[in-house]
Amino acid sequence: MIWDSLEQFLAMGGYAVYVWPSIGACFLMGFVELLMVRRRHNRILRRLMQEMVANEGRE
Amino acid sequence: MSGSVLHWFRFSSPATFYPIAGRLIPVFWVLAALFGAAGLWIGFFIAPTDATQGEGYRIIFVHVPVSWMSMFLYLVMAIWAGIGLVLNTRLSSMMAQALAPTGALMAFLSLWTGAFWGKPMWGTWWVWDARLTSELILLFLYLGFMALQASIDDPRRADKASAILALVGVVNLPIIYFSVIWWNTLHQGASVSLTKAPSMAQTMLWGMLLMSLGYWMYSIAMALTRLRAIILEREAHADWVTRLPELTKVPR
Repeated sequence: MIWDSLEQFLAMGGYAVYVWPSIGACFLMGFVELLMVRRRHNRILRRLMQEMVANEGRE
Repeated sequence: MSGSVLHWFRFSSPATFYPIAGRLIPVFWVLAALFGAAGLWIGFFIAPTDATQGEGYRIIFVHVPVSWMSMFLYLVMAIWAGIGLVLNTRLSSMMAQALAPTGALMAFLSLWTGAFWGKPMWGTWWVWDARLTSELILLFLYLGFMALQASIDDPRRADKASAILALVGVVNLPIIYFSVIWWNTLHQGASVSLTKAPSMAQTMLWGMLLMSLGYWMYSIAMALTRLRAIILEREAHADWVTRLPELTKVPR
């Protein structure tokens, strides 16, 4: 372990305002991408299910 | 020989690949989490302070992996798009389409983390330097590929047009990679090279490599998830889709 305290870790030797927005953006954007892709998959599944219900009614 | 060719073509059918991708995705997520956690641990708790850049250099543990991925994903995307163009295989073009947004995100994160590294070290967020400009062009190539794909209604024609754009854009990859050698740039040279010993501490190198593996696994998981959505969107009226357990088992 190279840090003596949590404060020291968070301060990043004075570079906190540069290091944390970089790391944070990578985490945040990854999470947002996951949510968007899953929503896209769920949307098409829902559409297909609605179409199947509609088709069954017609038969 | 012909047997193995047939074997591989079987996997190029969306109907076969859709359930396989579904089973593979969790594996890649677990690998991404493991490599990512190990990489961040080494990068933030074990790797020593840099002699010249202090703790600010730790941005390297995300900057280099996302930059590598932005170039690598473009190459893979162009190869799949090219295979789709030449062999007329539907799934290859869908693969290319599934990779593009993740690649664009990697290019964006490369520029973002680069800006946050450039500010304290060079005193500027952005400079029209060869490395930075060619990476920005890479982001635009990804966005152009996605926009072209979206702007043509017939998916097969969209695949062909965007494949040509992707293949032409490959010329930008060596430009990005060698920009730090060909031109006088503010950006530092390659941190890791295949031809000479790395110019950094072993732990820094390990942190970077593990983070790269993590991002690699993340990209595969994400692309496969998106691929499954694209397959359903494009094959909506195929017989196998209507028999999917996801659609038939759900109570109505």
